[in-house]
Amino acid sequence: MSQEVIREAAPARASLLYDPRVRGIVFQVVLVVLLVLGVWWIVDNTIENLSRSHIATGFGFLKGRAGFDISNHLIDYSSDSSYGRALVVGMLNTAIVAIAGIVSATVIGFLVGIGRLSNNWLIRKLATVYIEVFRNIPPLLVILFWYQGVLALLPNVRDSVGLPFGSFLNNRGFYFPRFVWGDRAWLVVAGLAAGLVLSWYVARRARARQMATGQQFPVFLTSVALIVGMPLLGFALAGFPLSIEFPQKGTFNLTGGVNVKPEFLSLYLALSFYTAAFIAEIVRAGIVGVPKGQTEAYSALGLRSGQGLRLVVIPQAMRIIIPPLTSQYLNLTKNSSLAVAIGYPDLYAVGGTILNQTGQAIEVVVIFMVVYLGISIVTSLFMNWFNTKMALKER
Amino acid sequence: MKHIAIGILGAAAFGFMASAAAADTLSDVKAKGFIQCGVNTGLAGFSAPNDKGEWKGIDVDFCRAVAAAVFGDGSKVKFTGLSAKDRFTALQSGEIDILSRNTTWTINRDTALGLNFAGVTYYDGQGFMINSKKLPGVNSALQLSGAAICVQSGTTTELNLADYFKANKMEYNPVVFEKFEEANAAYDSGRCDAYTTDQSGLYAVRLQMASPNDHVVLPEIISKEPLGPAVRQGDDKWYHIVKWTYFALLDAEEAGVTQANVDEMKNSDNPDIKRLLGTEAETKIGTDLGVSNDWVVNIVKAVGNYGEIFERNVGQGSPLKIARGINALWTKGGLQYGMPIR
Repeated sequence: MSQEVIREAAPARASLLYDPRVRGIVFQVVLVVLLVLGVWWIVDNTIENLSRSHIATGFGFLKGRAGFDISNHLIDYSSDSSYGRALVVGMLNTAIVAIAGIVSATVIGFLVGIGRLSNNWLIRKLATVYIEVFRNIPPLLVILFWYQGVLALLPNVRDSVGLPFGSFLNNRGFYFPRFVWGDRAWLVVAGLAAGLVLSWYVARRARARQMATGQQFPVFLTSVALIVGMPLLGFALAGFPLSIEFPQKGTFNLTGGVNVKPEFLSLYLALSFYTAAFIAEIVRAGIVGVPKGQTEAYSALGLRSGQGLRLVVIPQAMRIIIPPLTSQYLNLTKNSSLAVAIGYPDLYAVGGTILNQTGQAIEVVVIFMVVYLGISIVTSLFMNWFNTKMALKER
Repeated sequence: MKHIAIGILGAAAFGFMASAAAADTLSDVKAKGFIQCGVNTGLAGFSAPNDKGEWKGIDVDFCRAVAAAVFGDGSKVKFTGLSAKDRFTALQSGEIDILSRNTTWTINRDTALGLNFAGVTYYDGQGFMINSKKLPGVNSALQLSGAAICVQSGTTTELNLADYFKANKMEYNPVVFEKFEEANAAYDSGRCDAYTTDQSGLYAVRLQMASPNDHVVLPEIISKEPLGPAVRQGDDKWYHIVKWTYFALLDAEEAGVTQANVDEMKNSDNPDIKRLLGTEAETKIGTDLGVSNDWVVNIVKAVGNYGEIFERNVGQGSPLKIARGINALWTKGGLQYGMPIR
């Protein structure tokens, strides 16, 4: 109480200059004013200089006809489409390689990370060599290694390597047959949906029963049977509406089927292998980070080592793993812009072409920043949500 | 105290506002003592470093000619290698003073990109090249339906390619690279069936291939590609120097002034040659342009006339052996026409 009296009395006597509260506010106001002035100066200067050098400005160019073609497009696109649509094509190409890369980097990373802790000498050393090699090479070199060192050395179209199931491998990429669905194919999708819903329901009931009576139910096997069986049932009901289109040799390339181009393949493989090396170390650190007492505790409780890993060690390791894992996912997404070196039409490559055709450097760079920021924020939000879900819950 | 701080702030803000990009390239160039010239990173005949690391080519010699006009010394120029994608930004931002990088003159580049093209140093057209060993039956671009085609991104080439295949109702699979060298390497490794760029470029690329004789340039020319140097808009003085350097090169060839005979020609009585070489009494042609009166003498001494530049870099004096064709002077049935210097 006495302290408060002193604090309130002090400002009345001393100058405003020495009042910490007033000072704080003044400094913050000054900072904000400086910041606003700085931003305003940059924007004003840019607009002034652009108009002085007769360079068109604004985002109106996005509606213009693009005029160039893009080889990989997930949505309809031709040279008659707009610049805006071309950017969306590039964005989707970035997204697909990032998502595919994240999935496989995670799988490889977990396998190698666990391998590093293996009791088997050979597996442990192999995992170490893998990590040290890929972690210490710049990602651009890894991409070029796959593109020029591996995929470019594959045989020409005429000497394609035939693989099982009518697929081919050559220096134009990987070709495999395409499934062409006929009428009533929706029954298969419906079957899959039904299988998923049913297995979720079974798992819930089984859990409730185990809680109540202690009796266990083979949930895993039942779910597999449901998820595989229901779509098959739908497939049969619809009268097997499936034909397969095989890649054929055309004048120049193989036609028909699905073609995964070497640009995508090398970027995808490089990003997966490169990032997996970092993820492996994160996984190893996470598992090692769980105190040994926990292992001893589950053994003392009578859990087998598999159960113990699944129920005790992994959940605790995940809490250590997830935050650095998020950074790696973001790194992978951003590294995908290195695609420009090998001609994969990702956002950066397509945007660069648009920048050059229209000369709208500032607008295109702003779009780059907004999109990469957007993708990264979505990834972060998802991983933060996942992290909260996995976090220690105190009961 | 607070008032003082705000006063300083305000002054600083207005001080900032005054600083906009200066638009007098000639003074800037004279102050720094050299011209910064944007060129291709490696296109034989146009701009490529030779085995001694010296830049050679038509585009390079053009920048040397401008340096000779401004400084009387063709070596006062520094070169910046640029990809097709970076070139306009480099010019707009003031990183380079002249863009002389086999760049096609189009209306969009004049109006929306803030460029001014000073002339056409090489009339070109887009073509296709294929490997005749791998594709023995192909002898026309119209047979390329379904082919994978290597192309450099951000060029008019990329747009013409799309238009050509669309107009002829053919399919193709573009493989797009940012850098010329990457596109070359991909074509050479067999990633693409055909390679497309300006025809002069195709002849240059062909020489860089592992076995040049296997590669054939197809006869079709699918576009007009007038290549020339460009400068920023809004600086007429600099634009005039670059533009008239180009005309001076052509006029020198037309008047028969060459690197070898330029000193002799200074004694000529021909009034056209006297005006061109600045030997006319009381002449103001050079000084009005912002350079010295013997500017054309300096240009020709440094790089020769247009015909000499052409033959040395892409013509009979070079491995490319390209004929003058439409790049001959107008007096010999070509399109090169120098405006009168008077």
